[in-house]
Amino acid sequence: MPDNQPHTVGLFVTCLADLIRPSVAFSTITLLEDAGCRVEVPLEQTCCGQPAYNNGAIDDTRPLARQVIQRFAEYPYVVTPSGSCAGMIKHHYPKLFEEYPQWRARAEDLAARTWEITSFLVEVMDYQPPQLAEEDRERAITYHDSCAGLRELGIKQQPRTLLQRSGANLAEMQSTEVCCGFGGTFCTKMPEISEKMVSDKLEQARATGAELLLGGDLGCLMNISGRASRMGDTLEVRHITELLAGQLDGPAIGEGET
Amino acid sequence: MKQTSADFLLNAHQTLINPDLRQRMDALGSHLVSVRDKAMDELGNFEELRKHVKSVKDHTLDNLDLYLRQFEEQVVMNGGHVHWARDSGELNDIVLEICRRHDARTVGKGKSMITEETGLTAHLEQADLEVTETDLGEYIMQLAGEPPGHIVGPALHKSAAEIRQLFLDKHPLGSRSLEDPPAMVQEARKILRERFLNTDVGIIGSNALVAETGQTMLVTNEGNGDLVSTLPKVQIVCASIEKVLPRPEDAMAQLRLLVGSAIGTRVTAYTSFYSGPRRPEDIDGPEEYHVVLLDNRRSEIIGSNYQDMLACMRCGACLNHCPVYIGAGGSAYGWAYPGPMGSVLTPLLTGLEQSSDLPNACTGCGRCAEVCPADIPLPDLLRDLRVELQEQKITPWRWRWGLKLHGWLLRSPRLYQAITGLTIKVLHKMGRRRGKFHSLPVAKGWTEVRDFPAPENGTFMQQWKQRQGKESDSE
Repeated sequence: MPDNQPHTVGLFVTCLADLIRPSVAFSTITLLEDAGCRVEVPLEQTCCGQPAYNNGAIDDTRPLARQVIQRFAEYPYVVTPSGSCAGMIKHHYPKLFEEYPQWRARAEDLAARTWEITSFLVEVMDYQPPQLAEEDRERAITYHDSCAGLRELGIKQQPRTLLQRSGANLAEMQSTEVCCGFGGTFCTKMPEISEKMVSDKLEQARATGAELLLGGDLGCLMNISGRASRMGDTLEVRHITELLAGQLDGPAIGEGET
Repeated sequence: MKQTSADFLLNAHQTLINPDLRQRMDALGSHLVSVRDKAMDELGNFEELRKHVKSVKDHTLDNLDLYLRQFEEQVVMNGGHVHWARDSGELNDIVLEICRRHDARTVGKGKSMITEETGLTAHLEQADLEVTETDLGEYIMQLAGEPPGHIVGPALHKSAAEIRQLFLDKHPLGSRSLEDPPAMVQEARKILRERFLNTDVGIIGSNALVAETGQTMLVTNEGNGDLVSTLPKVQIVCASIEKVLPRPEDAMAQLRLLVGSAIGTRVTAYTSFYSGPRRPEDIDGPEEYHVVLLDNRRSEIIGSNYQDMLACMRCGACLNHCPVYIGAGGSAYGWAYPGPMGSVLTPLLTGLEQSSDLPNACTGCGRCAEVCPADIPLPDLLRDLRVELQEQKITPWRWRWGLKLHGWLLRSPRLYQAITGLTIKVLHKMGRRRGKFHSLPVAKGWTEVRDFPAPENGTFMQQWKQRQGKESDSE
């Protein structure tokens, strides 16, 4: 960390964490605060606009992008627990406003300040997460690379660095970089092809012997855990921030309350 | 060729319910991916080379008229003929006309995606010509009466047992065992050799047209392209206009990327440059040499946001790396070109209406663009096509209005939070014990194959506001 002033971070919650799994956002806040950041959550935020964008509804996407650009205009850092939402903001927002120079400049400004959580923690904060509890250090964990984060933002080593620093025992899948078949609305438009892809992913995960699968994007994780549970497979699926922040008390994704 | 792209999901279903085919598609993918990755590692300068090839290609496409004219002039100087075909029908007619002029009865074909695109074989057969595909994979698919499943390996998805049965059924050679693949290859070779010797007209495709020299370049691994080029009296090269490159060294630079990306080797067994008809001093070669250049809407792509697609060198790497292609199988795409490159090219060349599923057959994973030796931003082009699907209102109205409503709600954060706050509370109560939903009417596509997780107790925004409220109360 270059100075002693705490970084002020605006948290982009993401719609999936907001709706389905708030604990991802809370564990993200825990990690950011532990790393010495001051976290603020703009209340008037909803979604980055990927569903509309990836379905070709460009005119419905721009207003959402402008909304995000405005809400997060003041933060030196914007952090989000999702590679695909960060990719949307960093990579696609500037493209959306190619013909609108003023907004394009603002989009580029936001893009430069926006970080996916694991890369922010490693690259900006050089964060040392707390050691995992002993039982978590002992069990094998596997990590799924979500495509947007991996290929748009180069997120590959960052989550592994954090896991390593926390003492996790990582068992890698053979083709961890192959898509799990989520693809946003793809998985509902072409469920049969998606089913094949996610089943392959599950098989790969099982082959590692890991009981816990982590990732950095809720969409993929909901897809993988949903398929696992449909198959009667008890694989535990969580967002990486939950493990790092030690927030494993609640049920895993798709798990019932006990 | 007859197009069934509109039935993409139905076609894919046929692959997915066939366990043998699934297994072979998986094997195809993992093998070709690993040999490609290894070859590009060994190449050492993949990024640099693809940047170079892209800049050459960009320059060529920006000056396509110039290079095509130069190519034509050179072919004519070499004693060949150049024909221009606006569409598939024109190409097929031109080729048939040449065959008729020579009273041809038999035609031998090398592997050519352009003639797949135009449906040339069926056209010639209707005119009572006997057409033989001489590339082993294409030959197998011709016997099977099916379109190729892959642009490089047309029959890679066929098992040895299937091919054996096909040969036993279609070759009138009496009872025999045909135990292993070498025996099958020997049998096909024997039959094809005879056909080569009796071919009146040879038709091949081309990997590059060299403007400076008027040569057409072809890579093959079986040498069949050379046999159908040098033995018959008449040689016809069918190629599309964007295949032209300025100089031989440009074709060779592209070749280094093409072969490694396609099959993981440095070169193919045969790399041939065809220069025209036999000259007096030549010991062999055709008496007549024709090049038929196909447009088929490509000139409309030039200058559009899809121009990068014309840099495609047909290596197939995007197919092999695409988990959707591996799942759906080549025949699902319903036309000459499958996989990511096909999902872009098919709508552009045949119209969006009959291929509207193809731009959606993509998870946006980006693996295709990562390995594409022509640096084509395939996921971006597919997204651009989805924009057109929206604008032309081909996307079903439920989707269009659903997205509009969703977008409108997302732009009204307070209303959105009130509605989602309530919905999530209800869903949490309903699902908290099991932790998941087996079926959700609003998410049928999701719950058809996977469970939907029960949400936690309240949205993040609700919980956050509550916590903030408590904190400020205690202050």
